[in-house]
Amino acid sequence: MDHAATTDTVAVPQEEHQQHPIKLYLTVWIWLFVLSVGSYMVDIVNFEGLLRWGLIVTLMLLKAGLIIAVFMHMAWERLALSYAILVPPVLILVFVAMMAVEATYTEWMRVFFLNGGT
Amino acid sequence: MSDTGTTQPHAAPTLEPGLKGIVDDWSSDQRSFKTASWGKVMMWVFLLSDTFIFGTFLLSYMTARMSTTIPWPNASEVFALEIAGAHFPLLLIAIMTFVLITSSGTMAMAVNYGYRRDKKRTTVLMLITAFFGAMFVGMQAFEWTKLIQEGVRPWGNPFGAEQFGASFFMITGFHGTHVSIGVIFLLIIARKVWKGDFDTGKPGFMTGRKGRYEMVEIMGLYWHFVDLVWVFIFAFFYLW
Repeated sequence: MDHAATTDTVAVPQEEHQQHPIKLYLTVWIWLFVLSVGSYMVDIVNFEGLLRWGLIVTLMLLKAGLIIAVFMHMAWERLALSYAILVPPVLILVFVAMMAVEATYTEWMRVFFLNGGT
Repeated sequence: MSDTGTTQPHAAPTLEPGLKGIVDDWSSDQRSFKTASWGKVMMWVFLLSDTFIFGTFLLSYMTARMSTTIPWPNASEVFALEIAGAHFPLLLIAIMTFVLITSSGTMAMAVNYGYRRDKKRTTVLMLITAFFGAMFVGMQAFEWTKLIQEGVRPWGNPFGAEQFGASFFMITGFHGTHVSIGVIFLLIIARKVWKGDFDTGKPGFMTGRKGRYEMVEIMGLYWHFVDLVWVFIFAFFYLW
């Protein structure tokens, strides 16, 4: 790790450069390929129901995790930054829950009052 | 990843690890993000806002799909290709996924070589990244053309629920725009690297701040984010 940072131990924070072996990126790259083939296979093999959705979401999250952690170097950032960036998107999940309720209600209205939406 | 984990450079004695570190950093004097430069932090904040944009797009797509009483078109068949008489479901989308992942890989390596002051490799890898990005946009243009010829419109399509077209054009269009902008900026930054602007610290045309190799990493953050968004679009729009 040859950092350009000086041995300045005073309160001046040092901004650091990310330096990792190329092998790490190639490994992650191969894994992303494997996981993508996996999610493509979910469609080819035509899994249905919970198995399909479970696999799609799992593979998606694994890929997203690898990209954020390694390619975007989030794994080596201080937690103060990681949490500031990664926690707010949880609000989207709250929104998803709210809209799922709303959408179910809308569909019910269409079926019940609009003769199946036609 | 343990081999790199041991070489954590946050060795400054004043920086606490873990949860106590979060509290310390956020309650500290002058700045909360001790080791990340402002350029990097601002790119992360921008990406967070972009996350909300794409998040709400996918959310509106979910709402439309859940609330319609007409069957949703089968993406696997809509995006299938016929090659030499053989039927390949979702083939083009799979290729686009691999192209984008590959461009993410070359970008990550470009960042790495940038910090090693390897001008030539950084430039070449960034140009390869831009090439794959352009290839992705090209395939998307092909996909749009194919669908429009088949009669898919934002207000209707021959396959099923009308909202399919609106969701498709909105989500992939916005993502494609991000990729296109990324390609343009990749070329701009690659040119700067090649000219040696980051070695001499030459400022850009809109700023007095000195050029530095960190700009390659900040560019990389944006590019990886574009790949990241595609991971979610691929899962929710094409596979679901």
